[in-house]
Amino acid sequence: MADKETEQLEANIARAWDLAIAMGLDPFPVNFEIVPPSIMYEFGSYGLPGRFSHWTRGKAYYRMKMSYDFGLSKIYELVINSNPSWAFLLENNSVLENTFVAAHVFGHTDFFKHNAYFAHTARNMVDRASASAERIHKYEFEHGRIEVERFLDAVLAIEEHVDYYTHLKPSSPDDETAKPIETPYDDIWLLDREAREKQAQERRPANRKFPKEPTKDILLFLAEHASGLEPWQRDILLTVREEMLYFVPQMQTKVMNEGMASLAHSRIMRNMDLDSEQYMQFATLHTGVLSPNKYSLNPYYLGYTVLQDIERRWDNPTADEIAQGRQPGQGWAKVLEVRETDNDVSFLRNYLTEDLVKELDLYLYRKEGEEWVIVEKDWRKVRDGIVAGRTNFGYPYLVVDDGDYRRNSELYIKHLYEGQEMDLSYAEKTLTYLYQIWGRPVHLETIFDERRVLLTFDGTQNTRKLLDEDDE
Amino acid sequence: MSVQRQDWSLHRKGSIDQQRHKEKVREAIKKNLSDIVSEENIIMSDGKKQIKVPIRSLEQYRFRYDTGRQTHSGQGSGKSKVGDVIAKDPSDQQGQGAGKGKGDAGEEPGEEYYEAEISVDELAALIFEDLGLPNLEEKRKAEIEVETVRFTDIRKKGPMGNLDKKHTIMENLKRNAAQGDPSFHDIQSDDLRFKTWETTVRHESNAVVIAMMDVSGSMGDFEKYIARSFYFWMVRFLRTKYTNVQIVFISHHTEAKEVTEDEFFHRGESGGTQVSSAYELALEIIKERYTPADWNIYPFHFSDGDNLPWDNDRCVQLVEELMRQCNIFGYGEIREAHYRSPSTLMSAFSKITDKKFTAVTIGDRREVYPALRKFFSTRGEPVPEAP
Repeated sequence: MADKETEQLEANIARAWDLAIAMGLDPFPVNFEIVPPSIMYEFGSYGLPGRFSHWTRGKAYYRMKMSYDFGLSKIYELVINSNPSWAFLLENNSVLENTFVAAHVFGHTDFFKHNAYFAHTARNMVDRASASAERIHKYEFEHGRIEVERFLDAVLAIEEHVDYYTHLKPSSPDDETAKPIETPYDDIWLLDREAREKQAQERRPANRKFPKEPTKDILLFLAEHASGLEPWQRDILLTVREEMLYFVPQMQTKVMNEGMASLAHSRIMRNMDLDSEQYMQFATLHTGVLSPNKYSLNPYYLGYTVLQDIERRWDNPTADEIAQGRQPGQGWAKVLEVRETDNDVSFLRNYLTEDLVKELDLYLYRKEGEEWVIVEKDWRKVRDGIVAGRTNFGYPYLVVDDGDYRRNSELYIKHLYEGQEMDLSYAEKTLTYLYQIWGRPVHLETIFDERRVLLTFDGTQNTRKLLDEDDE
Repeated sequence: MSVQRQDWSLHRKGSIDQQRHKEKVREAIKKNLSDIVSEENIIMSDGKKQIKVPIRSLEQYRFRYDTGRQTHSGQGSGKSKVGDVIAKDPSDQQGQGAGKGKGDAGEEPGEEYYEAEISVDELAALIFEDLGLPNLEEKRKAEIEVETVRFTDIRKKGPMGNLDKKHTIMENLKRNAAQGDPSFHDIQSDDLRFKTWETTVRHESNAVVIAMMDVSGSMGDFEKYIARSFYFWMVRFLRTKYTNVQIVFISHHTEAKEVTEDEFFHRGESGGTQVSSAYELALEIIKERYTPADWNIYPFHFSDGDNLPWDNDRCVQLVEELMRQCNIFGYGEIREAHYRSPSTLMSAFSKITDKKFTAVTIGDRREVYPALRKFFSTRGEPVPEAP
């Protein structure tokens, strides 16, 4: 991008900002950074600039870069939720493309600033992530690269299992007492530690549950209670958890967030005084981004359509709705309210209407024999199916049910089954990672084929057994 | 708000982690070499193409839903209806019906795994990474020195015939641009650039593999396939060590003859076995075409060991004769696992103590790789003499 073009882009971005404010958005200010594709794809595969190293990131980077080099796909935009936000533009994009991206980005940063689920995200995450990366790099020096990598392999396998709401709840005081300060003479206590542990076991009343309530935050539970971990390992657990907590709101609001950004780019670009050739370019980009997909829902398209429908319905209420007190002309105010208070699950459940399901021709499909077949068109079931797929951002909802199972310090995880079965062979492999962290046998209870199944890894082998209804 | 650009040219995190991923792919391949070495699509390939190697250990396992038993959502173009087929799964041959027993879960044929692409040469490099050629030193004097000329440098002076036009044009453009007129004109003698050469000495070395195989009635497709996988890698390996590698194919039953590669691997004969005929022919060919002074000679013989009993002593004598002229002598006996005891030929060979002699027994495909390793483990280190 030549200097002249950069100047033009700066002018366009300033204009796009004014238009964003004029349409009623209130975005975080944005620092735009023009980068070469290799950097764009690196940040895309790592999620954040400067994040810690791991081979899985290298694998993702390689795949994304390959498909870009072969012209199969292209990331247009990458924006970091921070204040001020940070967005990356590809250096070989045209000025119009990058203006389009900037307009889209203002939709995102407005969403970051106002959506309730983002209220507790660490807005200085880029700095924290690089600080963590440095610490982890230091651990590689101290404990060996392979050792750190092996531990990260295990932690990353379960990284989705955090609880976004933990920091809203008070922590229960008697779960864990404060750890004593370590001194060089601690080994003297080793002499009677075993005896004391045995005593503690005996003292613990039979009905005392540990943890008291089932806990969804498996990473936190492991960091606090796994017995054989070194301090650096607990730090890695907490680092991965912290970064995951930062990403959870983005995973919970993908449809809405992209919907708002698409709404922003389409309105801003239409008011940009483009000549007819530029307008054609914009229209091509817009249709490219908002195109339907047979195999999965395009969040840009879905979010954009639902938001527009909300605006229309609150601008022009039906006679019934007016009778119930809805004032006409409230469309935009309603859109802003929704962007503030909903996440994808509530958004789709509340606003994906019968008309929209039909108009968008949405369906559910599944595998039957060798074929993938459409199995559901009824609008309620389709809507509920879509919502179910977004629940817990598409991952099975697991809780630690017992951290002292069989009074033998074994870990008992329960899958809160809501109609979708887990991939059992994957689960068994993942249990071996869980064992690596917990250090004692691990169990997973789930439902398969309408029967309760218990998967166990005891350190040497995986077993599966059926649980009787009255068995605990 | 700002628009900035920085110099990112030193930023290499992505490629460093990508490198680590590549290393892990190599490690995974190395761990599975026994399976990969006798992969049919490699042995039967022309040896040039990229091959795909499935790697399960690099799968990123996590707790996830079973995609094959889950409903997904999609969007049609306006006319979709229940029962429409939107995709077919060609890899899924057995058909995973809903409601199968729990033991089958997730183990359906469609299970995903990561595939690494690797060329046959890279694979060969991995296989032979820590292997060497045994008993190489005695052939050192047979290397032929060849002088070659390589153009390696650019200079300002030289004969016009060696003018480097590309560099000359670039110099001209540079000089003109420095004077404010970036175009190609007005060539001065200062612009001229010439290629210069240096002479290097290259060491030519020759090797010949004498591939012998029993094609009597008792050698089936399995036995031939094993021999074929073995020779495939062996020739590839020798090519990395020698500039010129030739192969002579000798097939035998009660008599031996020199055949083409195609005949060697595909033609079956019937009848009994007389191994000494092959060794005699090998000695003859060596005498006629491959003087041991100039050639590194690698005779290898594959058989199922069902030799005529009275021929065994003669075989031992001939092998000893061959070893006097060759770098190594290899004997591979291919016996499927249900044969327990070694053949009479193998027992006869067990008397040979010369360290040039190596014998292996291969019982299934996975044993090809260990056999290769045994043949090519460097025996250069001095073997302690018996007191």
